[in-house]
Amino acid sequence: MPSHAPAPPAQQPPQVESASTATPPPVVKKRKSKAPIFLIAPTLIILIAALGYPVGWQIVTSFQKFGLKQQFGAPPEFVGFDNYTALLTDPNFWVILGRSLLFCLLAAGITVLIGFLFAILMKRVGTVARLILQVSMLLAWAMPVVAAMTVWVWLVDWRRGVLNWLLTRFGFDAEGHNWLAEPLTFFAIALIIVVWMSVPFVALSIYAGLTQISEEVLEAAAMDGATGIQRIRYIVMPLIAPVLSIVLLLQLIWDLRVFTQIKLLQDAGGVANETNLLGTYIYQMGVGSGDFGAASAVSILMLIITIAISWYYVRSLMKEEN
Amino acid sequence: MKIKSVSTGVWTVVAIAVAVVWAFPVYWMFNSSFLPNAVLQSTTPTFLPFGGSFDNFKNVFADGKFVAALGISLTVTLTTVAVALFVAFLGALAISRFKFKGRKSFILAMLLIQMLPAEGMFIAQYKMMSSVGLLNNVLGLTLLYTAAVIPFTIWMLRGFVAGVPAELEEAGMVDGLSRTQAFMRITFPLLAPGLVASGVYAFLQAWNEFTVALVVMTEDQMKTLPLWLRGFVQASATRETDWGLVMAASMMVAVPVIIFFMIVQSKMSSGLVGGAVKG
Repeated sequence: MPSHAPAPPAQQPPQVESASTATPPPVVKKRKSKAPIFLIAPTLIILIAALGYPVGWQIVTSFQKFGLKQQFGAPPEFVGFDNYTALLTDPNFWVILGRSLLFCLLAAGITVLIGFLFAILMKRVGTVARLILQVSMLLAWAMPVVAAMTVWVWLVDWRRGVLNWLLTRFGFDAEGHNWLAEPLTFFAIALIIVVWMSVPFVALSIYAGLTQISEEVLEAAAMDGATGIQRIRYIVMPLIAPVLSIVLLLQLIWDLRVFTQIKLLQDAGGVANETNLLGTYIYQMGVGSGDFGAASAVSILMLIITIAISWYYVRSLMKEEN
Repeated sequence: MKIKSVSTGVWTVVAIAVAVVWAFPVYWMFNSSFLPNAVLQSTTPTFLPFGGSFDNFKNVFADGKFVAALGISLTVTLTTVAVALFVAFLGALAISRFKFKGRKSFILAMLLIQMLPAEGMFIAQYKMMSSVGLLNNVLGLTLLYTAAVIPFTIWMLRGFVAGVPAELEEAGMVDGLSRTQAFMRITFPLLAPGLVASGVYAFLQAWNEFTVALVVMTEDQMKTLPLWLRGFVQASATRETDWGLVMAASMMVAVPVIIFFMIVQSKMSSGLVGGAVKG
């Protein structure tokens, strides 16, 4: 992660007109005006009320003992880094953090790999097959997450789900097997579901990137004797590297926060204590047991991890902005 | 090029197989929602909804809570879209038409905020809502949703505003229009597609949201549609899950969203790849 801070806002570089952009860059008003302050004021007010204040409260509370007693009016007690020390010395926290990071890496990696392969496939086949594939991707992408989870729980239902029926037909002994009861298969199912939900966005984004690559270059390479794999490795990959890195980053950020999927799978029969990831862990600690001090500390750690991952992406967007 | 056409045939088959696998869960929801529980009880799945009926849908409606949840979801979502669009539009104007102190920090803050996970803040939001008496309150949820969609909406609208050259407006002003008139008559109509696309995006975000709603809407009669669906599944599971009924309930939540999404997807995807957030 780059550790240096962005340039302070006062040092605006002079507007450099970029010749390559098709649309003219925003014309920036020269004269000093109060207007922009009024224009951003509503945004600032809403964000401070709904996000700024809670995050501030959370930072303060993460340094306090804030449990059930405080819920009933006792003043919170300042305990310094106690919540953090307690967390960082709790093996259970490390298990959950490790599990969350592993899940996130696996889900994001598999999603981008499959999305890339599907994008290549869309490029390779004719218009009709491509449209069928695209519509199928869009259907999966459009499903509201709660509805999608409900269907998946039905698909993997241990008694009459299609998954067990199919596996049994292929000769596996899957009849009556409850996949959600064991943590390992619970996460395997969660991984499949998350990948299923995320691949469409990745595949369609990469495909959009692929359509930008000129056919002439690929044909020239083919004439020079480059095989399909070589063309992908030496021409396609470098050209779509920016898109790939953006979707991978977004996927990492999104897969760290798979609260809804895990929560609804736990509803359907997962043992909550053995299948928590960061999101459900915070929920259980805060809303479930009322330990707001500790829950705040985990929340702050989760925010720091997210900002650390997003930093590179945000910086690259800021560079484009200038 | 005979060899090439043969391998294209193979890839076409692969592509269609992939399409079938990926769409299968959505098809399965559709299929099961028309079948009576007696058929779904069988150990062999029924793959086509022949002999199906709309009974499951009728029974979901008869539950009554669906209509209440629909009302809450519509109120929260439409208010969120209206407020967020208006506020974000002003913000987008500020960053694309003006140079001001703090502009860069403002953009940086918007980009970072849209990355923050709801799970990292919902405990504090829950505490805040409970201390000001806005738990189980449509207004409270709307405020949280509006704040959640504004940063991205500003980012998306900024691109559209920047795409309308300010020279057009200035030309109008030379021809005697006031600043506001020039904006309303020239720039605003050109921004309509951008406003629609951003509005739909905000709509889908708020409509599908589950995490924050779960935390601040704890009472039964204050549930949004996603919470209602979860409750419906849980209620059905206490007996023996009637999957036909549950799938009909899922259909009622999903189908409007899928249709909406299909219509606007092409307009949205450019914004998404240009540095945006899905969920």
